[in-house]
Amino acid sequence: MSKINTLDALDKAAKKGRDLLFPSTKIRISIGMTTNSIAAGARSVYDAFLEEKKNKNMKFDMVKTGGMGFDSVEPIVDVVIPNKPRLAFAKVTVEKVPVLLEQVARLNLDRELPFYRVDEQEDIFTGETIQYVKGRLPRVFSKISLREEIPFYKNQLKVVTRNCGVIDPENMEEYIARGGYYGLHKALTEMKPDEIVQEIIDSGLRGRGGGGFPTGIKWRSCREAEGDIKYVICNGDEGDPGAYMDRSLMEGDPHSIIEGMIIGAYAIGASQGYIYVRNEYPLAVENLNRAVMQARKAGLLGKNIFGQKFSFDIKIAKGAGAFVCGESTALIASLEGRAGEPRAKYTHTVEHGLWDMPTNLNNVETWNNVPIIIARGSKWFSQIGTKTSSGTKVFSLVGKTNNIGLAEVPMGMTIRDIVYGIGGGIYNDREFKAVQTGGPSGGCIPKSLLDLPVGFDELADAGSMMGSGGMIVMDDTTCMVDIAKYFLDFLAKESCGKCTPCREGIRRMRSILEDICSGGGQEGDIELLKEMSDAIIDGSLCALGGSAPSPVLSTLRYFQEEYETHIKGKKCPAGVCKKLIKFRILDEQCNGCGKCRKVCPTRAATGSRREPHKIDQNLCIQCRACYEVCTFNAIIIE
Amino acid sequence: MNTENTMQDKVKEIVKKYKGDKSALVAILQDVQDEYRYLPKEALLTIHEQMDIPMARVYEVATFYDAFSLTPRGRFIIEVCTGTTCHVQGGMNLLDTFERSLRINCGETTEDGLFSVDRVGCLGCCSIAPVVRVNDTIHPQMTQDEIPRVLRTYMAKRYGR
Repeated sequence: MSKINTLDALDKAAKKGRDLLFPSTKIRISIGMTTNSIAAGARSVYDAFLEEKKNKNMKFDMVKTGGMGFDSVEPIVDVVIPNKPRLAFAKVTVEKVPVLLEQVARLNLDRELPFYRVDEQEDIFTGETIQYVKGRLPRVFSKISLREEIPFYKNQLKVVTRNCGVIDPENMEEYIARGGYYGLHKALTEMKPDEIVQEIIDSGLRGRGGGGFPTGIKWRSCREAEGDIKYVICNGDEGDPGAYMDRSLMEGDPHSIIEGMIIGAYAIGASQGYIYVRNEYPLAVENLNRAVMQARKAGLLGKNIFGQKFSFDIKIAKGAGAFVCGESTALIASLEGRAGEPRAKYTHTVEHGLWDMPTNLNNVETWNNVPIIIARGSKWFSQIGTKTSSGTKVFSLVGKTNNIGLAEVPMGMTIRDIVYGIGGGIYNDREFKAVQTGGPSGGCIPKSLLDLPVGFDELADAGSMMGSGGMIVMDDTTCMVDIAKYFLDFLAKESCGKCTPCREGIRRMRSILEDICSGGGQEGDIELLKEMSDAIIDGSLCALGGSAPSPVLSTLRYFQEEYETHIKGKKCPAGVCKKLIKFRILDEQCNGCGKCRKVCPTRAATGSRREPHKIDQNLCIQCRACYEVCTFNAIIIE
Repeated sequence: MNTENTMQDKVKEIVKKYKGDKSALVAILQDVQDEYRYLPKEALLTIHEQMDIPMARVYEVATFYDAFSLTPRGRFIIEVCTGTTCHVQGGMNLLDTFERSLRINCGETTEDGLFSVDRVGCLGCCSIAPVVRVNDTIHPQMTQDEIPRVLRTYMAKRYGR
């Protein structure tokens, strides 16, 4: 990679990238290669393509991209045929590869129908439309649905995730071809630092990590703070269970984070940056490291970026498995090589942060928004979303919906549109019960609030929070008391132990919930839980403790009846709490296949072949194995 | 050369890589953990001497973070994802079954040093929940009745079959 220090050099790199993204002669086949798609088999499919290419001496480019978002149909294979619509095939297996290749080569698409096609696409960075189809659309393509017609994609607006699943994250030129580093060039050569800060303030961008603090205001405070050295940090310690958009961005579009950070550093006056990545994300670390090296080689990190009097570099640090390190002061402690305990924020980190110097910390998705705000302007950005929450938000729509994956939508979309529109409704047509947002600091939103628009303030008013964007959809087989217990269990483990109310209080609350779930609930438990919640909220330094009771409070707010059924009726209506349920085999449904007998670890399930089986309640440990394995719906939970 | 000396040299080498930078303590411990799959006492003592960091501090950091272990870990580390999605899809039952099958508790290692069982925060593989990670391989949509087969596969790997 040659140096990129002028607009000309940037254009040249972009041209190279465009030739790869829109090949004029060769077919380009790309596979979304993320942690979850690899687990779903993407790597073996990738290898199968290479194998077939070698064996049949075929000519096409093979590329690994980031995640395409629609995770429940992975592995997804994306095919760009010169001058023809872009095609995507879903749930590709190794066996399907030869057929698929033959079809694409001959443009005969009958045997393995593509999942969708893309004829044209708006380049979000420039606002221009990219035409994939040159001339008339060949008839063979007309029976394939357009991507815009697929419910999962229909109402999405990909701003932050614009590059994920499109570009090869290992190739910087492809990033540049999609408008990358142009925002940086504009910021450094055409704008004063104050103007950049003002632009971010005007855009209305709020921190995507959870709190929703206005990003521009934070930048301004840090810019105005006194200090010889200033730092910018990217918080990639994504710990909320059920949220993985930051991982997807770090894996699929690392340069965008880097560009955002360089712009931020220039605006604030920082000279050193850190990206703190969660320990469980090895692929993200790998891709970020490579991207930082590439940017350094191109002169986009280092001294005199774009020939300006501005120098900046980035180091990558790996977390070591502590949820509390997602909290800014704990993260800084960890970066300094200490145990990640938060401190009281009498002075803000923007004034006294890393090494006691002014430090600006933003989340991955926040940094990712920066280049596009600079490139297209705050006015364009603030038009998206709602008045108080501008822009888009990436949600990880997971749990009991039909479609699972990362969905980016304008702020203000209703939960119903997300769950039933994008998510395609509840799996097996069961009943929607709640959606959990905000991770362990958030809460559960019930059916009655399905029409709530998602935004920072709306979710907070409903007793939950935006958090980092996890949306775990639950149906009638999810027990809300068990969920509350689950989060307290998580928090009890992750509490750093500094503040007594958090350390001891969460454990006590958990043991009350354990009692309730195992039939030992008592009159007055609910009141006690509420009282303890207040004490923990008041008595904790950081947001972990301050919001720890939220899962309990929100489930109590909307599902108190379910608590009462557990306490008074000693029953778990959802059939989850082990001590309150019994498994029974229905004689009329059981054909005596013996699967339950074989899988039962305690020999509680017995019976003769082809005769209805029985479960001995004295031996049963409610492990659920028989229930999972029975294909005749003969086992019921009482 | 005895093992203690080799370990000392190895740890010194790691410390040197970070130029004795005290803020790199977490990263140094990570490298040591990668090398030995746990943090041996001798290694911690060497770090304390080499970096001039009080032993109490080294110990504090080593015990604070979940990624570190002070006891030897198994050759195959089975981590059951306990993210919310895996939880609602029955992840906890998988953990119970692993514990029962291997006759160890979560956080422990089998006597032959082959398996450790642990829980891990969300791996972000919610679309294929519940998942179990064994070393670097993620097993999608795990069920309890698959567990004996998975364990057998890894046992066979030990004998090179």
